[in-house]
Amino acid sequence: MNPSGTKLIARIEDATLAFGESVILKNCSLDIVDGAITCIIGLSGAGKSTILRLLDGLLLPSAGHVYVHGRDICHMTEDQRNRVRQKISLSFQFSALLDSLTVGENVALPLREHTRLSEAEIRQTVMDSLDSVGLAGAYDSLPAELSGGMLKRAGFARAIVTRPELVLYDEPTTGLDPIVTNLITDTILKLRAKLNSSAVVISHDLQSIFAMADYVAMLFEGAIIAYDTADRIRNSSNPIVAQFLQGSEIGPIPI
Amino acid sequence: MRFLDRFGRATVDFFEYAGGLTLLTAESVGFMVRLRVRLAETISQAALLGVQSLIIVMLTSLFTGMVISLESAQQAVAYGFANLVGGAVAYASVRELGPMLTGVVVAGRVGAAIAAELGSMVVTEQIEALRSMGLEPSRFLVVPRLVALLLMLPLLTIFADVVSIAGGMWIAQAYAHVSYDGFLSSVRQSIDVSDVLKGLLKAFVFAVIIAMVGAYQGLSTRGGAAGVGRSTTFAVVLSIILIFISNFVLSFLLFG
Repeated sequence: MNPSGTKLIARIEDATLAFGESVILKNCSLDIVDGAITCIIGLSGAGKSTILRLLDGLLLPSAGHVYVHGRDICHMTEDQRNRVRQKISLSFQFSALLDSLTVGENVALPLREHTRLSEAEIRQTVMDSLDSVGLAGAYDSLPAELSGGMLKRAGFARAIVTRPELVLYDEPTTGLDPIVTNLITDTILKLRAKLNSSAVVISHDLQSIFAMADYVAMLFEGAIIAYDTADRIRNSSNPIVAQFLQGSEIGPIPI
Repeated sequence: MRFLDRFGRATVDFFEYAGGLTLLTAESVGFMVRLRVRLAETISQAALLGVQSLIIVMLTSLFTGMVISLESAQQAVAYGFANLVGGAVAYASVRELGPMLTGVVVAGRVGAAIAAELGSMVVTEQIEALRSMGLEPSRFLVVPRLVALLLMLPLLTIFADVVSIAGGMWIAQAYAHVSYDGFLSSVRQSIDVSDVLKGLLKAFVFAVIIAMVGAYQGLSTRGGAAGVGRSTTFAVVLSIILIFISNFVLSFLLFG
């Protein structure tokens, strides 16, 4: 499924992925439009996070292809995939900051490992990144000292510090109160504008999704069953999409 | 059929484990050879894994040296060979007990710590985060721990040898009235530098076992907190078994 006439930054094509007997994705295809925010919705355990990991090359499909900038990352060496990953960032659901490092050291990590910037330049870039997410004062804090919302934003800061072309957000608003949820949604929109990048967001928060999404895809039973602009998905006549958006127990989605 | 099925699965599991452990070791050694070692982290790990093991290694080796001296002094005095007690203590300590007991103690303390830390990092997605940043967990986490243990375990072994002999000397003097000079003279006659070096070679092998088994178990952790517990236990048990087996093989090759 793809919106016609748009430039793609990434594409999943007929991907199938199974863990043992459990089939997560089955002939799943999805296009990620360059410069847009694409949100993926679906039931818990449907495989939404798996799609992010396919796009980042952390998981490889047993069949099918994953293209980033037109190149199939499934047939690359790990070194080649590591180079592709420098243009893609994944922001984890629970931030996944290294708990032995301070927030500043966490954010600085990709710069220290992948660039030849001086320590002063690294510190300045890290401060800019933390400032972008409203955490300028958290440089020397340990992850354990931050609240849930601050941790998410620290994870964002690490994800954007290398100015990636594609940012993948795994459930950025899960478990947060409505005010922090709005703050996170605004931060994602601000970062997209600042970096001029593309984003894929997985979330269950429909208000947040329709506030930021250019495109919405619905994953159901291992495949994308609907993919369109946010407005069209909101008014979709597809009974599965409609039931999901209404949160109704009655409909074709088995409970 | 059920037995064959289980046997087949166990065989596959064994080769998968051995293959995975070998690959991780080869990858880590590859980074070491190319000098892609994070120095600050290695020094920090050397302090954490090595220096903080000093007390437990000292206590273990001290009492081991004392008990060897006590046992051998009883026999030696009875048969009029009290002047050989120092040799007995040094021989046992430097060639066998120093390296092996240090290895076992460090496996219990450090192997468990490595497996638990890396296992926790797996279940909190920190390892996946490293990979998503294009960083190899083997270079970032395993190599510093491996290099730290390769540096610290031989030093701890020398320390254990010295403490064990000192403990033995004290007991021999107090219990069998063997003079310190006589004890040390016997030590010098019974062991030489090659014995110490062979003991250190064992320590290097044990360091690789402890670091790699701990790291592989940690990185293979599945299933949350319970999985971390299983990984930690298995890392210690397997390391100790491998230390005993490799100690026998090395003793056979070096001293046999």
